[in-house]
Amino acid sequence: MNRPGTDDRPDRLYTLTSGRSRPSREDLDLVTLIVAESGPTAGLSSELAAILRLCVHPTSVVEISAELGLPVSITKILVSDLLDAGRATARHPRYTASGRPELDPATLEKVLVGLRAL
Amino acid sequence: MDSALSESRPVPDGPRAPLGDRASNGLKIVVVGGFGVGKTTMVRSVSEIRPLNTEETMTRAGVPTDDTSHVPEKTATTVAFDFGRITLDEETVLYLFGAPGQERFWFLWDRLFAGTIGAVVLVDDRRLDESWYAIDRLEHHGTPFIVARNDFGGPRHSLEEVREALDLDPRVPLIDCDARSRRSSKQVLLTLAEHLQTLHGAHAAAPVR
Repeated sequence: MNRPGTDDRPDRLYTLTSGRSRPSREDLDLVTLIVAESGPTAGLSSELAAILRLCVHPTSVVEISAELGLPVSITKILVSDLLDAGRATARHPRYTASGRPELDPATLEKVLVGLRAL
Repeated sequence: MDSALSESRPVPDGPRAPLGDRASNGLKIVVVGGFGVGKTTMVRSVSEIRPLNTEETMTRAGVPTDDTSHVPEKTATTVAFDFGRITLDEETVLYLFGAPGQERFWFLWDRLFAGTIGAVVLVDDRRLDESWYAIDRLEHHGTPFIVARNDFGGPRHSLEEVREALDLDPRVPLIDCDARSRRSSKQVLLTLAEHLQTLHGAHAAAPVR
């Protein structure tokens, strides 16, 4: 982990989120799918604009994180800002609410059929 | 460091195959194992996208201290992980995460991998001891899992010996695989899915063959 620039990253991330370390929403999962409801507008930060462009199609929080090169926790904060502003909507995974998946037979069947089709 | 982040991050090579507009339900499966056991290889074998990597930077949660409260995450721990994606149908997308299994990474699981439908413990039978902790934690979390032995040029032990060495519950499937092979990796995931079906008592549903 001796990449150049690693040492200054926390400060950059701190600036990106205006010093916040927690998202306004606790319900964002790695695989929550985010959909942009509007395009980027003038004045939006480059990161938020990039998220809106990515999310023209449903895009998971973890993919946004990877594409932007930002840690998941920072990505969640930025995505929460877009959700709070009504600029994006979230499609939450259906089986993580309790922290323990309750896979119904129909979804499990989808998994089996989908994997067999690989 | 069990991480692709020690290498330079490739610049995204254009728009990635997007999900369909009806995609609405993300599922998670985690492939867990020690360094170099083939996690990313397996993800790559079955993923519809080139495996991506990202990281989580986190401080140990819930430790309020007076003297560091204004310091921006200077003591953050960074953990990297890889992932890929399989679209199952118009609405359902399966994400595969390759996650390090060493003890120091397990605080990730509560934060990141809660709600995973199941896990694959990928093992190298020359280094079985690296899997003990992962198996112990999966059992503790109640996460359903199977164990797959990756082929590193011929097994050194029988599967029975591996099962014994891992002190594996007889109900937990244990299979051989070649993580470089799409067909073999697919079989690993199918074995996990069938194990989930068994656990959920879903055998009443008509099997699709």
